[in-house]
Amino acid sequence: MEENIKLRVSQIEKSFPGVKALDKIDFAVKKGSVHVLCGENGAGKSTLMKIINGIYQPDSGQIYIDEKPVKINSPIQARNLGISMIFQELNYIPEMTVEENIFLGNLPVNRFGKVNWKEVRQRTKELLKTENLPYSPTTLLKDLTVSDIQMLEITKAISYKSDIIIMDEPTSAITLKEAEKLFVKIGELKARGVSIIYISHKLDEIFRIADEITVLRDGTVVESHSREELDIETVISLMVGRKLTNTYPKEQIEIGEDLLQVENLNCANVYHDISFHARKGEIVGFAGLVGAGRTEVMRSLFGLDPRDSGTIRVRGKEVNIKNVGQSIENGMVMLSEDRRRYGIVPMRSVEENTTLSHLKKVFYGFRHHRKVEQSIVSDIFKKLKVKTPALDTVIASLSGGNQQKVVLAKWMIRDPDILILDEPTRGIDVGAKFEIYKLMTDLAREGKVIIMVSSELPELIGMCDRIYVMAKGTITGEIAREDFSQELIMKYATGTLTSNGVK
Amino acid sequence: MDLRNNFWSTARKKYSIYMVLVTLFIVCSFVNENFLSVNNLTNISRQLAVTTILAFGETMLIICGMLDLSAGSVLALSGVFAVYTYKMYGSLLAAVLVGILTGVVCNLINVVMISTFKAPPFIATLAMMTMARGVALLFTKGQNILQLGNFVVLGQGSIGIIPIPVVFLIVVAIFTWYILKHTRFGRSLYAVGGNEEASIASGINVHKVKYMAFIINGVLVGLAGVLFMSRVNAGLPNGAINYEFTALTAAIIGGTSFSGGIGTAGGTLAGAFIVGFLDNIMNLTNIDSYVQQIIRGAIIALAVIYDIHSKNRRTKSMLGRIDDRAVEKKPN
Repeated sequence: MEENIKLRVSQIEKSFPGVKALDKIDFAVKKGSVHVLCGENGAGKSTLMKIINGIYQPDSGQIYIDEKPVKINSPIQARNLGISMIFQELNYIPEMTVEENIFLGNLPVNRFGKVNWKEVRQRTKELLKTENLPYSPTTLLKDLTVSDIQMLEITKAISYKSDIIIMDEPTSAITLKEAEKLFVKIGELKARGVSIIYISHKLDEIFRIADEITVLRDGTVVESHSREELDIETVISLMVGRKLTNTYPKEQIEIGEDLLQVENLNCANVYHDISFHARKGEIVGFAGLVGAGRTEVMRSLFGLDPRDSGTIRVRGKEVNIKNVGQSIENGMVMLSEDRRRYGIVPMRSVEENTTLSHLKKVFYGFRHHRKVEQSIVSDIFKKLKVKTPALDTVIASLSGGNQQKVVLAKWMIRDPDILILDEPTRGIDVGAKFEIYKLMTDLAREGKVIIMVSSELPELIGMCDRIYVMAKGTITGEIAREDFSQELIMKYATGTLTSNGVK
Repeated sequence: MDLRNNFWSTARKKYSIYMVLVTLFIVCSFVNENFLSVNNLTNISRQLAVTTILAFGETMLIICGMLDLSAGSVLALSGVFAVYTYKMYGSLLAAVLVGILTGVVCNLINVVMISTFKAPPFIATLAMMTMARGVALLFTKGQNILQLGNFVVLGQGSIGIIPIPVVFLIVVAIFTWYILKHTRFGRSLYAVGGNEEASIASGINVHKVKYMAFIINGVLVGLAGVLFMSRVNAGLPNGAINYEFTALTAAIIGGTSFSGGIGTAGGTLAGAFIVGFLDNIMNLTNIDSYVQQIIRGAIIALAVIYDIHSKNRRTKSMLGRIDDRAVEKKPN
């Protein structure tokens, strides 16, 4: 064992209902070094970090700090042990001042519980000065940029005298220039002997700052090496190198003429120059990393969010889609990635949730046709194999997979021509996944267009006829089925490669 | 999970409010012999009619995730305008129409603030509450309008033994039930209140739903204003204070959930009569009127705790999801 190991986790295991998130993880961080964790979405990076930060408890395994075993039951305990975490999505209270934020949960009080604001001001000033931050203690957080707040979070971590700082995708929301500032800061911290665990997808930046790189895949450590021993190609293949199983009921279907054409869709600061098309019977995939703008494009296309410019043609005819209603009229529906937010009305029955997209079918002639509704719903449930105790069961009491099928059923009763499926299999079990793949194949055979947005490369490769890859708000690559490979998709998605063929 | 058990618990949840009403009715008739008299019962109904009509409007709004705090003030304003119209032109029909129109206009302002300018319903209708009362007082210079002649027939008259306000109440109850149960709009109310974003993503025109809900509420408030002024036989700019809270109480006790998406016409009607019976029996048994207030408040608290409690149970069952394998029974 080397002397200068700061943090070591040994044989960590963690399961969630139905998923083994972490399987016997071994992992060590050296003093004064930057250790990068990478892996696909769902590889277990965040879970591992949350265990180190005391948010989750491991099912088994041990954490050592300075080679002494510790038990971390809460983030506060983690903080006392010198561990701080800077989250991917910064949670902050916009109306709070800089000093309040720094001392949040840690305000110096006298024995009557009165806050010593003088001391707060004093210490904040000192801290801001030593860290070279230009704002005043009374600046409101809402007046700062995301990167400022990130710097502030780092400052806060320093104020706790943390010597292990975890950063979960810190550059996902900031500009390149701001990222440079962050890297400089990381360099300073390193020099002070702080250990940094850095989670990122962005391979170029990983190789800039890492001392060591550990690749996680499906909840296990694939390899752990120092930077010199690795290159981008190797890391990509390590990240995605899982074998494809034949769990995809893909069929070769004759592909017809163009059904959907999208040209030059633009929305300032969200996405730009989006052009693609999809043909009858085709399953078109959209790959990319989280935040690449895929969902945003689809939401605009479906009329949920506005767009600045661009034309949409359905069956060769230009359509003007400003709201969901118009989209549905044109035979285009969308299954949202966030089922609980955009998919279900939780306290209403599965039956009502299903017919919500087509109320005209059950309310006509001045009354509600209960029998008609029941037969429509039970027919579609039979087709989609929805398991529910009764039709008036509250949807929130079903499992995730069955809820997802009900949301699908909601769109199926509209008999759409174009289905946009945004992460259709997220958070559902294998069996339900397979049934959804099966349904997609059936629909393609009926000559419908399916657009599948997914962060799971294996399912895109398994199901799609063509894949568009997006990075940073634009399409960077288009790949035909015969050229599919996870490596190629990852190259486009990380922005290390841009194809010229894509307009 | 035992499905039969599940069935009973849903049945209990669904009909518990009516069982409470029936039990209360039986208990009241034993407690005081005057309770069961036709005279007393028609009196209760007549008194309840106005606030219960408001309660139906509130029910639709709460189901849709909103509420109307301005109901009492707008009621007074509509009533005063109606009374004035009657005094000027002597037409009952014109008076009713002016009353309803006033209610609709005020509620249109409410919904413009809420749906178009995204003001929280609580604040928007609070503002309208103050404004409408101000207009009513300004218009009458703070004086009651008296000597209304035949205007009184709407509030105090009867058809057979059924008081005319009760006839209106029955019509409004059936109307609300029909809206909630048999129209696309009604179904949309539940969806929008249950999850507005999911409703938009399902192609529901949420703006239209909210506008419709407030317009209907306006009609009901205006109608209630006419009935109220007619029953008291005067135009009272200071009348009907806090009526919105009586109406909200009826809706809450009737099982309408303040988180939206849940509520029925029957529940609200039952809720209104539970409150009415309680008030009545407390009066008949000479319970101190201050004590009555305490009891009424306690009942609201209990109803809300029950609502939250049953919701917690729902959330729990959401976490401990129904096991797929246990649910082999296919939908019929």
